[in-house]
Amino acid sequence: MQQEEYVSVTEFCNGHSISTTVITQLNEFGLVHIIERSNSLYLPMEELPKTEKMLRLHTDLNINLEGVEVITRLLERIEEANNEMIKLKNKLSLYE
Amino acid sequence: MDYIDYYKVLGITKSASEKDIKKAYRKMARKYHPDVNPNDATAEKKFKEINEANEVLGDPEKRKKYDQYGKDWMHAEQFEKAKAQQRSSRGSTGQGARQDFGGGDFSDFFESMFGGSGGFSQGGYSAGGGRQTRFRGQDLNAELRLNLRDAYKTQKQTLTVNGKNIRLTIPAGIENGQTIKIPGHGGVGRNGGPKGDLYLKFIIDNNTSFKRDGNNLYKDVEVDLYTAILGGEITVDTFDGKAKLKIKPETQTGTKVKLKGKGFPIYKKEGQYGDLYITYNIQTPTNLSDKEKELFKQLASFKN
Repeated sequence: MQQEEYVSVTEFCNGHSISTTVITQLNEFGLVHIIERSNSLYLPMEELPKTEKMLRLHTDLNINLEGVEVITRLLERIEEANNEMIKLKNKLSLYE
Repeated sequence: MDYIDYYKVLGITKSASEKDIKKAYRKMARKYHPDVNPNDATAEKKFKEINEANEVLGDPEKRKKYDQYGKDWMHAEQFEKAKAQQRSSRGSTGQGARQDFGGGDFSDFFESMFGGSGGFSQGGYSAGGGRQTRFRGQDLNAELRLNLRDAYKTQKQTLTVNGKNIRLTIPAGIENGQTIKIPGHGGVGRNGGPKGDLYLKFIIDNNTSFKRDGNNLYKDVEVDLYTAILGGEITVDTFDGKAKLKIKPETQTGTKVKLKGKGFPIYKKEGQYGDLYITYNIQTPTNLSDKEKELFKQLASFKN
């Protein structure tokens, strides 16, 4: 495991002043993918932006983790729908 | 510089209590927060407005000053002097755990009345309550307009975002509406947190005679009736040159031919291209001479 690719969940949670259960719960929801090595939990660095976005929803907007899960999944669907819409719009220009 | 009615921004009356303000702010923040409105510049602007309104109305000192001077905020300096005298005989203002989302980038009106943005880092979010949380800066969104010819070749551009120059290499084949992430060029992090990212959306204007669908290009080409019937050779424009095409005898209008590898570059696959599809439009001759009409009549009589 390369050190720069993972951050310890404990360290991450201390930095954000949150309980580690927040991250483990997000992991249970399938929204983040933590790994366990030598009895410690680690979060891939590439998941940090997404994880911090979920934390902002949780802390800034007082949304509980179940709500964060619903919002995150809906946002993913909106993004997919937007990408699909862009493709279709571009295709539509063929017939204009 | 215009006066800003912060009460109106939050949709509350002047008699609103601290609780009302907090409630109104939370409600609007949930609606316009950038994380729930990605790539939405209108929501981002609205979020900044409500942040600014909350920064003023959610702070008893600032609210008092705002209420007292309102449209005459230009005279607020006198208030500042009086306040400085009072401060010497008073303790902390005791704001408690008022929550804010940072935001920065306040209006000229705000800067004029309250000076700097009170130590808020631009774009950062805080969890409030005085905790020294480290947060990544806000993600920023911007649009870049290119024409189709520009998008055909990899090019370097320098953008200015929030006063900072960003040198950018745009790979050939970028799609209209495509968004790319430029890590570390978003808002400044809070309490030593890393910078956010910049999301750049490309708008590709097509002012060429080609139509594009992904990596493929489409073009209609006119073919005269005689070449279509008897066959022949024509020269067509490709996106970056010309190509000779053989027309088979008795070619029908709407016939489509594929020129392999003459389409648009495939994004991030150097040297690979899509295809160019040429559709033939057979042109019926006009302004026929008497002789031509006679010959067509002869041809028609063969078919009868």
